Amino acid sequence: MSVYEYIVRTKDLSKVYTMGDVQVRALDDVALDIRRGEYVSIMGPSGSGKSTLFNMIGGLDKPTQGTVFIDEVDMAQLTAQELAFLRCRKIGYIFQTFNLIPVMTALENVTLPMVFAGLTTDDAMDKGAELLKTVGLEGRRDHKPTELSGGQQQRVATARALANDPAIILADEPTGNLDLRTGKEIIDLLKRMNEEKKVTVISATHDLKMIDVSDRVVWIRDGQIERIEERADIEVQVGQMEGEEH
Amino acid sequence: MTSVLDEVSKRGIEKQIVLPWSRALQMTRENIFVRLGRSAITALGIFLGIAFLAAVLFSAAAAQVAAEKQMREIGVDAADAQTQARVIWLAAMSLLVATVGIVNSMLMSVTERYKEIGTMKCLGALDSFIVRLFLLEAGLLGILGSMLGAIAGTGVMTLVSAHRLGWSLALSSWGKPALELGGWTVPLWLGIVIAIVIGGVLSVGAALYPAWRAAKMPPAAALRSEF
Ligand SMILES: Nc1ncnc2c1ncn2[C@@H]1O[C@H](COP(=O)(O)OP(=O)(O)O)[C@@H](O)[C@H]1O
Ligand SMILES: [Mg+2]
Repeated sequence: MSVYEYIVRTKDLSKVYTMGDVQVRALDDVALDIRRGEYVSIMGPSGSGKSTLFNMIGGLDKPTQGTVFIDEVDMAQLTAQELAFLRCRKIGYIFQTFNLIPVMTALENVTLPMVFAGLTTDDAMDKGAELLKTVGLEGRRDHKPTELSGGQQQRVATARALANDPAIILADEPTGNLDLRTGKEIIDLLKRMNEEKKVTVISATHDLKMIDVSDRVVWIRDGQIERIEERADIEVQVGQMEGEEH
Repeated sequence: MTSVLDEVSKRGIEKQIVLPWSRALQMTRENIFVRLGRSAITALGIFLGIAFLAAVLFSAAAAQVAAEKQMREIGVDAADAQTQARVIWLAAMSLLVATVGIVNSMLMSVTERYKEIGTMKCLGALDSFIVRLFLLEAGLLGILGSMLGAIAGTGVMTLVSAHRLGWSLALSSWGKPALELGGWTVPLWLGIVIAIVIGGVLSVGAALYPAWRAAKMPPAAALRSEF
């Protein structure tokens, strides 16, 4: 028996995209166990299969082969209703391009998942305002996405991802469209939520700044897991790197 | 610690995902106003179609007024039923063209919103929410376009017939029969109401396929598209 409780497990996970005669094996027999409450970074170069893995774990696309278990429940067995429930209540998604609904204000964006979850308008507004405060945007609740900077939009997106107190936050290159400093702020925000709310964070990225806050780093290449590094190994390496620099 | 899917596996009220009509209406209203250009294009076809139909109905009723007046004065025959049938047929064709226009415009609107649809699904939206939002939008635009079309069509014809018959006779057309439907005589005002309803129904009908396509798209595919 393992000492860890796994919130996500993938078994023999493969995804093949077929375009005409060409087949791309974007994921190849991936077996990955993610511990409840940890902060995992999925690192790899562009095209290595990070987004594909993100889609599989998030129930946004179906694998060609293999299984994704969320809390030991096979995702392929869920009905459309149950899948929607899972997306609404149990997983918060963050994207590289922020993906706020353009016609809605910051507050409306944050409250939308709560409306879907059946909260009353008043409750949703209160909680939405609270979440915007948590991400440092209390003064921007009535702003539309176009009136916000990239970093601010990603903060709104993070608040929206937290709307229904999910067990998992899934992020796909959350800092990909942000400058160095703003990117760092989003990473710190995710880490803070991970610590304060005990939410499991799974982030696909090729941003090396993410390594610092990760409990584990999963390196993937050509759709396969190359190696998995634990916090302890990482600290040694970061220490070495810093030692070399000075 | 409770399991993520405890509530999922429990069937019943807890796993329900909802979109209240009030919020759906609010979202539709915002969509229509924020994308005013696209909304205007969607509504334009139905506006023109209904304007034409309303004008045809009005002139039929006005012809009746004119005929009654002339009969009293010089005893001339009433309006030509065959001509009216032909014109109604023309109006029906123009509505068909308007419907095709709506299908096209809604499909483009769906394409523009792929990413948004994918995002909504990630937030838990059911396929039926997406369908509901697009049908609501089409329905509102259809009714709005039809009402404006009816006002424009009857407005122009009122001016024209007021020029010929004078204001009081022109306005009396509203109570005159505009249409014979299988022995049932439809007065002008009712004909206009029916025309507006037809406009709304056609719009919703035209949006069915685009809405269904939007709803059926897997979220991953919707999110990938670059728009
Ligand atoms: N929908 C798709 N259709 C065809 N090929 C795809 C699709 N999505 C991803 N791929 C291919 O799969 C591989 C992995 O892509 P992706 O998961 O997006 O990588 P990453 O997110 O790490 O950049 C790439 O070769 C990409 O071109
Ligand atoms: Mg990617």
